[in-house]
Amino acid sequence: MSRHTLSVLVENKPGVLARVSALFSRRGFNIDSLAVGPTEHDDISRITIVVSVEELPLEQVTKQLNKLVNVLKIVELDPAQSVQRELMLIKVKADAESRSHVLELVNLFRARCVDVAADAVTIEVTGTPDKLEAFVKVLEPFGIKELVQSGMVAIGRGARSITDRSLRALDRTA
Amino acid sequence: MTERMTGAQALVRALEHVGVDTVFGIPGGAILPAYDPLYDSTKVRHVLVRHEQGAGHAAEGYAQATGKVGVCMATSGPGATNLVTPIADAFMDSVPIVAITGQVASPMIGTDAFQEADISGITMPITKHNFLVTDAGDIARTIMEAFHIASTGRPGPVLVDISKDALQAETTFSWPPTMQLPGYRPVTRPHSKQIREAAKLIAESKRPVLYVGGGVHKARASEELLRLAELTNIPVITTLMARGTFPDSHPQHMGMPGMHGSVSAVGALQKSDLIIGLGVRFDDRVTGHLPSFAPYAKVVHADIDPAEISKNRHADVPIVGDCKEVISDLVAAIEASGQKGDYADWWTVLNGYKETYPLGYEEFADGSLAPQYVMERLSAIVGPEAFYVAGVGQHQMWASQFIGYEKPGTFINSGGAGTMGFAVPAAMGAKMGRPDATVWAIDGDGCFQMTNQELATCALEGVPIKIAVINNGNLGMVRQWQTLFYDQRYSNTNLQAPRRIPDFVKLAEAYGCVGLRCERPEDVDAVIAKAMEINDVPVVVDFVVHQDAMVWPMVAAGTSNDDIKIARDMAPRWENEDE
Repeated sequence: MSRHTLSVLVENKPGVLARVSALFSRRGFNIDSLAVGPTEHDDISRITIVVSVEELPLEQVTKQLNKLVNVLKIVELDPAQSVQRELMLIKVKADAESRSHVLELVNLFRARCVDVAADAVTIEVTGTPDKLEAFVKVLEPFGIKELVQSGMVAIGRGARSITDRSLRALDRTA
Repeated sequence: MTERMTGAQALVRALEHVGVDTVFGIPGGAILPAYDPLYDSTKVRHVLVRHEQGAGHAAEGYAQATGKVGVCMATSGPGATNLVTPIADAFMDSVPIVAITGQVASPMIGTDAFQEADISGITMPITKHNFLVTDAGDIARTIMEAFHIASTGRPGPVLVDISKDALQAETTFSWPPTMQLPGYRPVTRPHSKQIREAAKLIAESKRPVLYVGGGVHKARASEELLRLAELTNIPVITTLMARGTFPDSHPQHMGMPGMHGSVSAVGALQKSDLIIGLGVRFDDRVTGHLPSFAPYAKVVHADIDPAEISKNRHADVPIVGDCKEVISDLVAAIEASGQKGDYADWWTVLNGYKETYPLGYEEFADGSLAPQYVMERLSAIVGPEAFYVAGVGQHQMWASQFIGYEKPGTFINSGGAGTMGFAVPAAMGAKMGRPDATVWAIDGDGCFQMTNQELATCALEGVPIKIAVINNGNLGMVRQWQTLFYDQRYSNTNLQAPRRIPDFVKLAEAYGCVGLRCERPEDVDAVIAKAMEINDVPVVVDFVVHQDAMVWPMVAAGTSNDDIKIARDMAPRWENEDE
């Protein structure tokens, strides 16, 4: 099975996320990651979904998603042709003795320290899933107290925008 | 022009504007504001049913008999949840209905209020789309959108849940509203390149078959289909949802495919080198064991729903479009190419199947009634102009097999969902949509006991349907599986017919209908004739049939179509086994 990143533009209406996520479970597809948020247009939200499926089931997922009345557009983003990022916040044990080691790793991974306590620091890091995984690995020996991670968000490289045409569809009905 | 009115008045006005003449429903607390202006409407007739499930199936029957959108209405909570089964049924069979439900007032939503149920959440997976409306100003537009979605593209059920405060609030009404459906764009025009590809495959094929489903009738394309079939001389198979779309009496008709299909239809698919699937979905009841389904066939698959194409069986030529346009374009492309396939050898094989393995059944030595004989006589006496509305089970299969369908849409049944209890309310809806037509419900005694309360509705509203109860005293199809696969251990399938609890004749009379009974083959014609003479009240005929009658042929669930049995332990001998 291979991982696919789908960008789904949807009408910004109540219940749309439930429709999308319920469709995945109903049709027996597993979601690896899901992120939803506003876009540059008030009436459009964007859901980024990462799924692990074969090529044919992926086609079925896309077609079923397209049948949802509130779904405006679906684009599969090729990892090579897009920027893909996750955000992670990690609370790591760090006392006076180990803090400088932890901060050194923070610098190496171009992460940021966002909170400091006497025996812990909280770190913010963004990147690809591979980078985040590597970062967690090097922090593990210090003792990870808490970890929270966002779903992946992704955007295509270059000047083209996937929202242009969907905006026109919205304008027509306005 | 805009007018001030309540949300409830706007709802009724919107229903009038979209052309609704009949609504099936039951009032209750949350929907009550809507029933007040409905009382005054001269255009919309509300039919008070006895159970909301009956309202839903009646809307389905109405929709299938007329081609219009069927409408049902219920209150919040249990009223709405009682609609779940017919909504699921309409979803599986792509029947255009709009269900309107009352919801508790919007400030109460989410508080577990009296008669509150999240019906839009509950029906999300079984509706084409649904709406929760909490603003009176959105009601008219939402009704227009609901009817548009239900009736266009692949038809299906749409639910509109309206909170009580939205029904009561004042709003301005103007018609037509502007629909706001930027994400809804069904494709109806097929791609010309795919049409040419399909025409090429047809010309090259030696053993093609037209596998015709419910989508062809929904596109009102039976005339186009007849032209295509006669132009190409390709055999035609009609699925359970397509019976009558191509005339049964036509020499190119091979019968119904699938679990209880004819040997000629199942054989035509299995031996074909090209399947032209039109408005079908390669359902498991048709394909049997999928990997061994039609192993030599390339597939042209046309459907208005892109998600159906290559869902179960890979399509070599996918065509997304409305079947009326697809078939017309195919006819034009084939005529333009001037190429014609030669199917003489194929017809020799197929006619061999038809002659050697016609549909048949067992008569009983004790002189008791064979259910299949009842179907044959109904077909002969009532004729092909009538609507036949079946429930689910053995009687449904016999109704499909032994009644001759000549007109599209004249067989109405619950195909995908297999909803027992469909027949009586759906027949009522069909008759209300087509009061000029004769409507026969064909029901089993198990099915009949699930929804026969609508006999009261039929009797009071003047809906003289006729109901043939095929009474074998058992949940017959389940019993058949117990006979074949569970060692004749009849666990919980015996409804104890000899005790006559209830007595269907007395039950009919109690409901203000005429009740008749028939127990012997020699009485069948007379009782059908008598039922046909009664046109002022509904008629229930209790056909007491032998409990051991079985549905044959049969492809056992999960097995290959190649292993079809024409009777217990009897398989057909296939020709050209050298494949």
